[in-house]
Amino acid sequence: MRHIISILIENESGALSRVAGLFSARGYNIESLTVAPTEDPSLSRMTLVTRGSNEIIEQITKQLNKLIDVVKLIDLAESSHIERELMLVKIRTTQDSREEVKRMVDIFRGKIIDVTPNSYVIEMTGQSNKLDAFIHGFEAESIIEVVRSGPTGISRGEKGLHL
Amino acid sequence: MELSGGHILVQCLKDEGVEFVFGYPGGSVLHIYDAIFHQDDVKHILVRHEQAATHSADAYARATGKPGVVLVTSGPGATNAVTGIATAYMDSIPMIILSGQVPSPVIGSDAFQEVDTVGITRPCVKHNFLVKDVNDLAETIKKAFYVATTGRPGPVLVDIPKDITDPNIKIPYKYPKKISIRSYNPVVTGHKGQIKKAVDMLLSAQRPIIYAGGGVILGEAHQELRELTRLLGYPITQTLMGLGAYPAPDPQFLGMLGMHGTYEANMAMHDSDVILAVGARFDDRVTGKLANFCPYAKIIHIDVDPSSISKTVKVDVPIVGEVKPVLDQMIELIKESDQQPSKAALDSWWKTIEEWRSVNCLDYDRHSSLIKPQYVVEQLYQVTKGNAFVTSDVGQHQMYAAQYYHFDQPRRWINSGGLGTMGFGLPAAIGVKLAHPDSDVACITGEASIQMCIQELSTALQYNTPVKIINLNNRYMGMVRQWQEFSYQSRYSQSYMDTIPEFVKLAEAYGHVGMRIERPEDVKDALEQAFAMKDRTVFLDFITDRTENVYPMIEAGKAHNDMKLRVAPSAPVDSELS
Repeated sequence: MRHIISILIENESGALSRVAGLFSARGYNIESLTVAPTEDPSLSRMTLVTRGSNEIIEQITKQLNKLIDVVKLIDLAESSHIERELMLVKIRTTQDSREEVKRMVDIFRGKIIDVTPNSYVIEMTGQSNKLDAFIHGFEAESIIEVVRSGPTGISRGEKGLHL
Repeated sequence: MELSGGHILVQCLKDEGVEFVFGYPGGSVLHIYDAIFHQDDVKHILVRHEQAATHSADAYARATGKPGVVLVTSGPGATNAVTGIATAYMDSIPMIILSGQVPSPVIGSDAFQEVDTVGITRPCVKHNFLVKDVNDLAETIKKAFYVATTGRPGPVLVDIPKDITDPNIKIPYKYPKKISIRSYNPVVTGHKGQIKKAVDMLLSAQRPIIYAGGGVILGEAHQELRELTRLLGYPITQTLMGLGAYPAPDPQFLGMLGMHGTYEANMAMHDSDVILAVGARFDDRVTGKLANFCPYAKIIHIDVDPSSISKTVKVDVPIVGEVKPVLDQMIELIKESDQQPSKAALDSWWKTIEEWRSVNCLDYDRHSSLIKPQYVVEQLYQVTKGNAFVTSDVGQHQMYAAQYYHFDQPRRWINSGGLGTMGFGLPAAIGVKLAHPDSDVACITGEASIQMCIQELSTALQYNTPVKIINLNNRYMGMVRQWQEFSYQSRYSQSYMDTIPEFVKLAEAYGHVGMRIERPEDVKDALEQAFAMKDRTVFLDFITDRTENVYPMIEAGKAHNDMKLRVAPSAPVDSELS
């Protein structure tokens, strides 16, 4: 099953490689990983998407907690949460297709953020499957480039992951 | 007081009460070595190879409970230390490794003797640090000791670029008395409700067994373990790492469990209905085939490391906490409880166990004209009255030591259990002897293992650490040969060395006493002579039966109740081997 593990970690050099190294050393898979400092610059927030049986996820969270740099973590999949991913897509356009592409972007509530005579750059956020659906709406040859951030997430309600 | 980084480092070690630093100098640590030169409080032990520095420091920690300290230079100094760091990591030994690094401005430029030490050691340390500012040095050292010695202990490395120890840069020195790390809060006491549940489960058991591991020794909980075991009257088995926590000669002790454990210990595990696992981690050498592991048992597991719980074997009552306070609480609850273990059930359980015990699975041919390795260990036990510190290398001799030297105190049995590091024994013996100069220290080894760190005979002379090396010389890598005999139709691929040195001459060349013993009737005398030479390191080269195997054995992938026992004490000798 897919799990989204949200980690509060010391913003130290090497902290990211400790997490990545743990996954490769123990044979766990990482589908995506995003990391950036929080409002407190001494801390980073990491969102890690992984898959595994309940036993494996339990081990993953225990092993992550064991890392000295990890302050706290939660498995977002365990409760109600919101997840979003940012995607930037560069689409090849022709005179004929430009309107159609624009309509698609509107339907998916994206934004066109760069325009050339032959291309658009589209910005889109949402759940990963929405982004997948958007991409699948285009012929492969019209997609020049896709950049995705990987999902980040936050739990619903008042409670939060902080010190 | 204003000090340079090198002097700060040495002062930190003094303030931590460090007695010995095991190390080897080199370019990146010269400032530190100069600081060492200026004082006598912290004694430096110059090893002959950095691997040995880590093993000596590790064994010092195992024998005393205090963290071992290692100092190595950058590049090869650090990489040579990696085997020893991984050894300590696998057995949860508190150790501080101080490694020199090239100066900060050239890090990343492939400078002379540069490696990414923090990167290389990351998977085999509890934590590591790169010091980036001399102002952080003292606090980082404090953190290193704190992390290494609390929770589940382990090695912590501090990588120190040469500019950090520059003698021209002096700053005020202050060693923090206490430290806290916001992201590191090891659990101490166990959950009360869980402990209560565990006690209820234990008291209503019909076929209980206590399975104790190295965590009992690390957690200084051997007294509590003994009290609990005696209070309950239950059988107890121990892992390789746990030996000595509960006294081996005691009738409640069933011997070690696992691959080369006793028949009674493994059968009792397999048939038990409640297992109390204390500071043990269900290692594959203990469990055998997981699918068939203890099929009837409910399992209670006490461990300070949550990630040890339900890692390989799913447990029913997990208790995260330090072993000592948890056992204390259990003892209290048992004493208060109205419930008593069922006497009838326990009597019948013991009766079954005694039947297994009567198989006498550790019996061997005591009338052989060749020296049996088991006999040497038994005689060593007699001659040292069971009071020696025994270190070992890895292989058959290690198992014989575990099976036939009946440890009755913790921290006396010092071996590389998790990583299985050949070469551990001799430097370990030196570390132990430095910690306990008035005690007998024996290194049980084989002719293959001993050659992996033989150069430390030189260190032993320099620091006058008279240890006794018990070399069980069967002219084979015995354990490899045994597996090849059992699983590869006796194709002894590369498990034999054509050229084995004359150990007597070798010992003498290093300034020690060498003895070669070829007949069983000479074993005892030789040992007595050797241990009578209190101030000499003695190398006893016992020429043992080449065909001897370690029994009993659970072959890889088999279950506890599927043990290979010795067929007959005098099985015909393979002609190729005789």
